[in-house]
Amino acid sequence: MKSRNWFATITAACLSLPMALNVVAQQDAQKEIERYRQLLADGNPAELLEMRGEDLWKQKRGPKNASLEACDLGLGAGKIANANAVLPRYFADVDRVMDLESRIVHCQITLQGFTREELTKRPHSLTVAERQTDHEALTAYAVGLSRGAAVNLPQAHPKERESFLRGEKMFFFKGGPYDFSCATCHSVDGQRIRLQDLPNFQKPDNAQRAFTTWPAYRVSQGAMRTMQWRLYDCFRQQRFPELAFLSQASVDLITYMGVKAKDGKMDSPAIKR
Amino acid sequence: MIKNSFFCGVIVAGVVSVLIAGCANTGKSSAGVDDAAVNDTAVRAALVGSFRETASAKLDRLNQTELQVACTDSSRTGKPLDEKVRDALQGKALAAVKYPADGTYLGDWKRGEAIAQSGRGLQFSDAAGTAAGGNCYACHQIDKKEIAHGNIGPTLAGYGKLRGNSEPILKYTWARIWNSHAFNACANMPRFGDAGILTEAQIKDVMALLLDPQSPVNQ
Repeated sequence: MKSRNWFATITAACLSLPMALNVVAQQDAQKEIERYRQLLADGNPAELLEMRGEDLWKQKRGPKNASLEACDLGLGAGKIANANAVLPRYFADVDRVMDLESRIVHCQITLQGFTREELTKRPHSLTVAERQTDHEALTAYAVGLSRGAAVNLPQAHPKERESFLRGEKMFFFKGGPYDFSCATCHSVDGQRIRLQDLPNFQKPDNAQRAFTTWPAYRVSQGAMRTMQWRLYDCFRQQRFPELAFLSQASVDLITYMGVKAKDGKMDSPAIKR
Repeated sequence: MIKNSFFCGVIVAGVVSVLIAGCANTGKSSAGVDDAAVNDTAVRAALVGSFRETASAKLDRLNQTELQVACTDSSRTGKPLDEKVRDALQGKALAAVKYPADGTYLGDWKRGEAIAQSGRGLQFSDAAGTAAGGNCYACHQIDKKEIAHGNIGPTLAGYGKLRGNSEPILKYTWARIWNSHAFNACANMPRFGDAGILTEAQIKDVMALLLDPQSPVNQ
């Protein structure tokens, strides 16, 4: 009896050894990736973009030769600090919910006289060699001034509540040739695509970490990417058609994620692989 | 004047909330919103207005199939599918599987490995007609030498070594790749054959990666 147990133990150990070695290899890989992320965080190139964004924000530009200094991001004209922690929110002057990026474009139109068409034509830079767009710079500057602020999206206005509810349904909407929804990858703990950890938006700490670290500088792309870009690129991988910049779905999904991320501390632009 | 309009506002709000409470017994209400009014039709309309077609990705991708509708609801509410609905969906998927016309199931595992590594195809940024990959490593461990694998799906290391390649195993594996909903209605795995993601020849190559005794997966 005794020797049988001993035999079983050895057999089990031998069988599970390859698996154990594999787990070790994977943990090492994870550790290395974590170390790489920490090394990256020492100098975030997005800081240069924040500076360029600040210049752009304060310059008199556009047909109306005005700066964006009077822009109301939801906390009052000219109050940029901590604004992204309460966005998206309802704006009475347009009678709708806007996220940070929608509101910046709105201010460029109303204060500076730019046209919506020219501002929305190509908001995201495409290649590594290309200079980052003005939109990316302005967003980097504005969001950087919310660092440390606790996420707390208002939900008292009916349109804010509706935006959240639509966003929730959109998050679970399966479609396209791959039958994917946002939830396919983002509603289970500990899931990875390749080695990339995927936040589970049903867990507050996961949602907080994800929401508070976008926009982010993407090392693999050599560019700072905005939250609207992040969603656009998710839908590319989801095999949906092309998500339109500033669209209702973009704003609603950001609202959904922001509400889920309540009390997280803004830490953006962050740096990612 | 201000007082009057405030007073009117309160009355209107009161009437509206009575109406909401009266005609919609569904859903809770917060911020004065009838949550049930944000229904699938409203969401679909908002989605259609939010996406643009490209050469390779048309708006008809937002037209949900019967299965997509059922699985969307199930994943949002956390309620499993009704058994009858589930069995009907799985049965339909299994009945529509097209097995290889020439009866040969295994192609070239080396080409299969390349297909398993490639995440190309069917994205809105792809030129129409771009050959797709299977992107299997995104979710599965397959050849153990590839450590950059995901974990959304189960490990496939040693797949053929563990199962052999008898006719039932070949057919089951083919059907699973062709349309995994045949076995699990709301499975996350795409319908590689049914949705036309991979060609029959490509599926044979992926089959060989999993089942050919020479494949590194089975070493």
